[in-house]
Amino acid sequence: MEYLSIFFDQVYKILFLLVPVLVSVAMVVWLDRRVWAFVQKRQGPNVVGPFGLLQTIADALKYIFKEIIIPSSSNKVIFILAPIVTMTLALIAWAVIPFSATQVLADINVGILYLFAVSSLGVYGIIMGGWASNSKYPFLGAIRSAAQMVSYEVSIGVIIINVLLCVGSLNLNDIVIAQQNLWFVIPLFPMFVIFFISALAETNRPPFDLPEAEAELVAGYQTEYSGMMYAMFWLGEYANILLMCAMGAILFLGGWLSPLEIYPFTLVPGPLWLVLKILLLFLLFALVKAIVPRYRYDQLMKLGWKVFLPLSLIWVVFTASYLFYFNLLPVN
Amino acid sequence: MIAHSIFFYTFSIIAIVSAIMVTASKNTVHSVFFLILDFISISCLFIMIGAEFLGMIMLIVYVGAVAVLFLFVVMMLNVAQQKNQWFSSEESSKHIPVGLIISTLIFVELIIVVGGWKYKPDLFDINNSIAINKVSNTHSLGQVLYTDYIHIFQISGMILLVAMIGAIVLTFRKREGVKTQSYIKQISRERSDGVSVLNVESNKGVKIDD
Repeated sequence: MEYLSIFFDQVYKILFLLVPVLVSVAMVVWLDRRVWAFVQKRQGPNVVGPFGLLQTIADALKYIFKEIIIPSSSNKVIFILAPIVTMTLALIAWAVIPFSATQVLADINVGILYLFAVSSLGVYGIIMGGWASNSKYPFLGAIRSAAQMVSYEVSIGVIIINVLLCVGSLNLNDIVIAQQNLWFVIPLFPMFVIFFISALAETNRPPFDLPEAEAELVAGYQTEYSGMMYAMFWLGEYANILLMCAMGAILFLGGWLSPLEIYPFTLVPGPLWLVLKILLLFLLFALVKAIVPRYRYDQLMKLGWKVFLPLSLIWVVFTASYLFYFNLLPVN
Repeated sequence: MIAHSIFFYTFSIIAIVSAIMVTASKNTVHSVFFLILDFISISCLFIMIGAEFLGMIMLIVYVGAVAVLFLFVVMMLNVAQQKNQWFSSEESSKHIPVGLIISTLIFVELIIVVGGWKYKPDLFDINNSIAINKVSNTHSLGQVLYTDYIHIFQISGMILLVAMIGAIVLTFRKREGVKTQSYIKQISRERSDGVSVLNVESNKGVKIDD
């Protein structure tokens, strides 16, 4: 009986987290298309619901009622597993995101490592989908994306080390509280820029959307998918983008902290600040999609390995020496 | 405690079954996927004994990077066909004794380690263990790694670096006649480098490919 009550308590908490995340994923897809349209002087989706807000839900309904086509030469188990893996990985990472000092589903010691691990597992959904489709374009897309995500993960890892040097803890709440006086975006601004660009590459967003470059690869790893399975890839991708934005907000923009600890700002609750910061980062993601042309593949690799990795490594040495010299290292 | 053992047995059964499936499955790509499942369940076991840092590092390094490269190679080389041919050939039976010897060795080593742990607990230094120090897993690992074992740590780092450079040197081929883009060249190009005004004599033309 006791176990049951714990179980239902946890299920309730998980649903209370997941349902808002899924709804905000739907809203964010609409925001993305809308921003994209405004930059190009179009209207974007504005018909379904107020301001077209329900467009994504209409799209999702359409996908649900479409037939799921599984290619006869595909590897069926892995083909079906791939979108499930993408969606699951995009959602389980939200367990450790702190919405305020107490509002966090799992306040674990190694929260940032967990986030990093889950975001690095995201590549499997794409590889599995690409390989199981047993077709040229998805396979090429999968291979491209595997190489791309592994490359950019390295620099994201090194950037996380930069932040950890300043915090001295792997707990996400500790990382947020360490920014009480100064958000890390100010002292570590170059790292923030590199993190943002690496996050674009990690989530296969334009200008790094080579795994699904429509001019070369039809739709990359998603080519053979249809109906609900395509929708799961699509929603998982956006959930991943939101997750990267949340990670950026926690690492650099002070998570749930308000920008100034004075009267009108302290009225706003912590979760709202986090959501606002995530939205700000997402707006940047959407703007980049609208204004930057796609990179060539060799340029992408060159940027990852020859520019970002050395730069972030040098910055680790610089941060460590600075903290050591001025005796600022967080030792407890 | 019941919940703990349920989780423990679930993860260990998944780990053992997937480890068997790595060798048993015919398709090589499936083998790699089972290997990944094995890694994940092992890292869950690590987390269950309180070694959360090791579990996460296991996920990041093995599942996030090493297994991706395995998959990459297996998919590119199409090993599945070769493997099937190799198994049906005469050659494969010659390797069975070698494999048996190696696996027996590993098994004996495991028995020695586990047996030593069981029957002579002071074989291992328990004073430094995590349970006594009462600090988090990551802290205690760092404390041991960067103080007592700093030389071993750095030597292993150097070995990895040498291996990495060696791999690059061995596989690097300088190919002739490849057109590459040089940003410095492109940016430092001036009008005078690219454009020249010529006085062309009539009926003669100019040669532009000098």
